[in-house]
Amino acid sequence: MKNTIMENKNFRPLDLKKKMRPGESVIQSLLFISGVLSIFITVAIVYELGKEALLFFNNPDVTLTKFFATTQWQPGIGLFGIWPLVTATLTTSAIAIFVSLPLGLAAALFLSEYATPKARSTLKPILEVLAGIPTVVYGYFALLFMTPLLQSIFGESVQVYNMASAGIVMGIMILPLIASMSEDALSAVPRSLREGAYAMGATKFETSIQVVLPASLSGVGAALIIGISRAIGETMIVAIASGSGPNFTFNPFKAAETMTGHIARISGGDLSYNSIDYTSLFAVALMLFLVTLVLNLISQVVVERFREKYE
Amino acid sequence: MNPTDNHYPTGESFRKSLNGRYRIASIWQAIFFSALLIALLSLAALLYNVVDGAFGYVAFEYKNDPTEFTAKPLDDLNKQELLEILQTNLSSGAYTKLDNEKTMEKRSKSVLYTLVLERLIQVDTKKTWSMTDSILRGNEIKAEVAKKYPEAKLEFRSWLTPVFLTTPMSSKAEFAGVRTAILGSLWMVGIAILFALPIGTGAAIYLQEYATKNFLNRIIQTNINNLAGVPSIVYGMLGLAIFVRALEPFTSGSMFGITDTNGRTILSAGLTMGILVLPLIIINGQEAIKAVPDSLRQAAYGIGATRWQTIWHHVLPNALPGILTGSILAVSRAIGETAPLIIVGASTFISLDPEGPFSKFTALPIQVYQWTTRAQTEFHAIAASAIIVLLILLLTLNAAAVIIRNRVQRKY
Repeated sequence: MKNTIMENKNFRPLDLKKKMRPGESVIQSLLFISGVLSIFITVAIVYELGKEALLFFNNPDVTLTKFFATTQWQPGIGLFGIWPLVTATLTTSAIAIFVSLPLGLAAALFLSEYATPKARSTLKPILEVLAGIPTVVYGYFALLFMTPLLQSIFGESVQVYNMASAGIVMGIMILPLIASMSEDALSAVPRSLREGAYAMGATKFETSIQVVLPASLSGVGAALIIGISRAIGETMIVAIASGSGPNFTFNPFKAAETMTGHIARISGGDLSYNSIDYTSLFAVALMLFLVTLVLNLISQVVVERFREKYE
Repeated sequence: MNPTDNHYPTGESFRKSLNGRYRIASIWQAIFFSALLIALLSLAALLYNVVDGAFGYVAFEYKNDPTEFTAKPLDDLNKQELLEILQTNLSSGAYTKLDNEKTMEKRSKSVLYTLVLERLIQVDTKKTWSMTDSILRGNEIKAEVAKKYPEAKLEFRSWLTPVFLTTPMSSKAEFAGVRTAILGSLWMVGIAILFALPIGTGAAIYLQEYATKNFLNRIIQTNINNLAGVPSIVYGMLGLAIFVRALEPFTSGSMFGITDTNGRTILSAGLTMGILVLPLIIINGQEAIKAVPDSLRQAAYGIGATRWQTIWHHVLPNALPGILTGSILAVSRAIGETAPLIIVGASTFISLDPEGPFSKFTALPIQVYQWTTRAQTEFHAIAASAIIVLLILLLTLNAAAVIIRNRVQRKY
């Protein structure tokens, strides 16, 4: 039988791929725009913070030497040394990490290496609830529970507002984050490594510490970095419990204002848009953004490397 | 090998060292477990501390003697009598003002009772005690009050009452409530979700279903992961610069003929919060879409569906529970977030309900912050009550998320 269609010279096979579908393209471009919007947000953050920060640094009274080499911060009266805010941020964050890293890592080791599935399903919600509590509630806890507790232990030297109570409570807040990220890293270590260690006669503890933990060290490191970044950016706990007023000190029992706490206090009032106070806040916020951005990027790189290793 | 060269322990010393290693192992197991115990204790201490603050003895004095207004004991008065007391004793201007806010006859008995206390008798709180103190040292407290404040009445009070939920702000802790704060929070979260859910889901669909592995898409993905880690206070600064300041004609409503506000409105706060939760919604949405098996998509393509038809009719319905769970988590994040609201300029004292997106506003966590930072202990008591309201709200939301996840999610 003759195939009439195939012999027809004008025949072109129906190609659905080339068919115009205007509706589909409109939808696809709308979705693309929503995806790209996130880039605009980052650009807007950098642009807005940068613009105002530039205004601040262009002020004739502000010099970079003053900014980085003096130790008093009162932009309203011409004192532009950023250090008191930075030391307070460093002190509270260091205390927070000092509390949350050992506790979080120990909790992760227990959950991933020791706990039975049943125990894990009853213990993990504790961490999830801790992670879900708003930070302002932690602030209340720091001011009205942790500070009196510290005062009853260490006596008069503890001021009503102090960096220690803010730091410790911040550590409790970050604990679930470090625990869950570390647990993910620990459980990603292949079983064969553990079984090899057991076969050599290692105890469970020796296996966890000498085999599993080193193998997941990059993941734990990423958790630590994210924890630091969270501690630096945390606002409400330090705004409530750590004191209001920049103070150049490393003494944890003294009151001192962190970068975030300073922004929250100053912007809480009615601030005029052209004042040096207003632009100085953006300079502080830009520093905050850049530091946390770098920390987050480092942790992402670390996590990605570590994934390639075992998959 | 010479047997004397063997440095591995044998016999009795082997058993000793093995026992030692097992002992160390079990000690460390206990240490690891105690980390979780500490977490549990902290959680318990936090919740206890909040509840402890919200109930307890209060010593207070009446500035004006109730017998000046009525012969009966206050608690026995009915609604009509309370209304008459207010009518006869308030200045006519003050009464009309209250009447204009809400018709007096329509107000409930407890509200009128509070008004009598607040406006006429005027309560003066002398001292408050925590719940634990009140229970354990009840007699000491009574003795102290009798000695120090002989005029004062002592009462065991729950600061968290139905009236607390339904009354607006007040400058006196005894009469303050969280009504305006709850409404403000709901308005703000509503705007945030209306803004973030469509855009976030759209971005998630784009990244999972359309994006090829090119440079731009990798940048978008990295960028979203980074945005999720940006401190919330930085979003607040962004909101201040863009929504409050640059877009003031829009966010203050002056474009639409509303004149009495500046850019510090619910709309600004809602949009700021929307941007803040956007990365969260995108990441959760991506996870939900990723979990839809490829066989579904291929079956749809196989019968001739286009890409969007496949997504709309097959991928999205199956990813919906995950997307919903993600948005509920985003809502609870937005409700608890405080720092951006302070920056964007939530007012601390609002006694009128918000009327729309262009109203000034306050929110629950803002009230908690305000009251916690006050020096007087009675404000700490209402801060604790507001925290309980906040935590119950969050608990309900999270429970809803868990139920949706467990009920609707299909397993492949």
